[in-house]
Amino acid sequence: MTELAVDVRGLRKRYGDLTAVDGLDLRIRPGEVFGLLGPNGAGKSTTVEILQGHRGRDGGTVRVLGADPATADRRWRSRIGIVWQDESAPAELTVRETVEHFARYYPKPRDPRDVISLVGLDEKAGSRIKELSGGQRRRLDVALGVIGSPELLLLDEPTTGFDPAARRRFWEVVRLLAREGTTIVLTTHYLEEAEALADRLAVITAGRIVAEGEPAALRERFGHEATVTWTEPDGTARSERTATPTRTVAGLIARFDGEIPGLRVGRPTLEDVYLELTGQGADR
Amino acid sequence: MSEADTTPAAATGTTPDAGEAVLPGAWRLGLRRGALELKQFFRQRDQVLFTFAFPVVFLTLFASIFSDDVEGAGITASQLYVASMLAAGVMSTSFQSLGISIAIERDEKVLRRLRGTPMPVAAYFLGKVWLVLVTCLMEAAVLLLIGTVAFGVSLPSDLTRWLTFGWVFLLGITGCALLGIAISSLPRTGRSASSVVVLPFLVLQFISGVYIPIGDLPGWLAGIGALFPLKWMCQGFRSVFLPDSAAVIEQAGSWEPGRTALVLAAWCLGGLVLCLLTFRWHGRR
Repeated sequence: MTELAVDVRGLRKRYGDLTAVDGLDLRIRPGEVFGLLGPNGAGKSTTVEILQGHRGRDGGTVRVLGADPATADRRWRSRIGIVWQDESAPAELTVRETVEHFARYYPKPRDPRDVISLVGLDEKAGSRIKELSGGQRRRLDVALGVIGSPELLLLDEPTTGFDPAARRRFWEVVRLLAREGTTIVLTTHYLEEAEALADRLAVITAGRIVAEGEPAALRERFGHEATVTWTEPDGTARSERTATPTRTVAGLIARFDGEIPGLRVGRPTLEDVYLELTGQGADR
Repeated sequence: MSEADTTPAAATGTTPDAGEAVLPGAWRLGLRRGALELKQFFRQRDQVLFTFAFPVVFLTLFASIFSDDVEGAGITASQLYVASMLAAGVMSTSFQSLGISIAIERDEKVLRRLRGTPMPVAAYFLGKVWLVLVTCLMEAAVLLLIGTVAFGVSLPSDLTRWLTFGWVFLLGITGCALLGIAISSLPRTGRSASSVVVLPFLVLQFISGVYIPIGDLPGWLAGIGALFPLKWMCQGFRSVFLPDSAAVIEQAGSWEPGRTALVLAAWCLGGLVLCLLTFRWHGRR
């Protein structure tokens, strides 16, 4: 078996009384796009920061590209790309200057010009960073994350603050990198994003993984029940969750004369699955 | 050629493993960072103006208000202020500028981002060294220009004095820069940085003979001042730019070059230790 890109076992992290990560296991294969999905405060960012080597841990073992991030060296860091949740680039430099400068830190960087156009900042290449919009800064963050041609790219909420067009464009970038064989770990609370990008995803809540698998399989496994909704003649809305929606609708047809007001049969989306998993969480 | 070394893989025509590709050296990256630091510094026009104008304004004020002869020393008070303000000026460009700017960089997560790259730690500090060296030289040049043109200070013509200037300057800014890096870890946020850094610097200026001649200070206060580098930088610069007759104004009645070198060198070492013990890449939140 080839070595895992990320191998986490029994990871624990506590902040004072708060347990942020509570016995987390992750196995991510090389070349995989892995989504870490969960509400705010679920422990996603803490987990990613530990993978980056920017946060210590209280328990468990962590191997990222074969090394422990807590003690990893420059060589290891040259193989990792990071896109942070909050922007942090030098305001007075131009986009081009910054990307070119960061390229120099790496043993085999991408061409700065290619990276700038990859994230769609060609027209802003000569602008100072302080003149960029929030979304443009995030795209610069992405550029700085991939400039070193990383083997593993860690993205923490990469599209927060993007408009829909920029988000689509970012997805294309991720797909392109994935095609080139880059292993990608991204956290997000956008379901759509996880579904669009991830080969596999884990739903994390209260520091634990409550579900893990391919997006379609997750929906299948946790979302086999449909929801039938309708409105009673007295105006009250009703809904019923059932594994046999056809039978429920047949019953309604028999009961109502003609049209059933407000009839809707819904198959759960991944979002419904997700909300259920994170809402009721641990009992699943 | 600098453009070629960013693509070693292309240059050799092969694609070496990450394990084989050479990581860029700290010295070269330090030079790059220095150039980048200077570029950023000079693009912030109000910061440039503040950095250079502050000592200039204070020198002009003090040296104009107090211009009488200093009794028995063969100099005017203006000349005295030129030498002392020179020390305060380079301390502001090293200690104060670094202390505030690094605290802000830490708070704005510029440091954390650098830590996420394979940039060697030494390259970051080398970049700061270049920044401090260039800005301090400029600061000194401006203040000496004003001192010679407006306040009757004559530049020394003998090499020994310039040598003294050289080592006082280098040891002084090194120690102050290291202390600046160390104090940058103290403020909790970038916004509180300037108050945290400026207060001790201001106090030091009062008890090190910058604004108030050392002889006018109560002994215990002058004693505290003598523990820190600023007093010795002032004294060192006075020994360079004032006639030897002026040595009577010093506590010891002489320039004490040996002790000056000792204290400043000790602060370089102590500052380095302090930096290594306290430097953080991350904010405290």
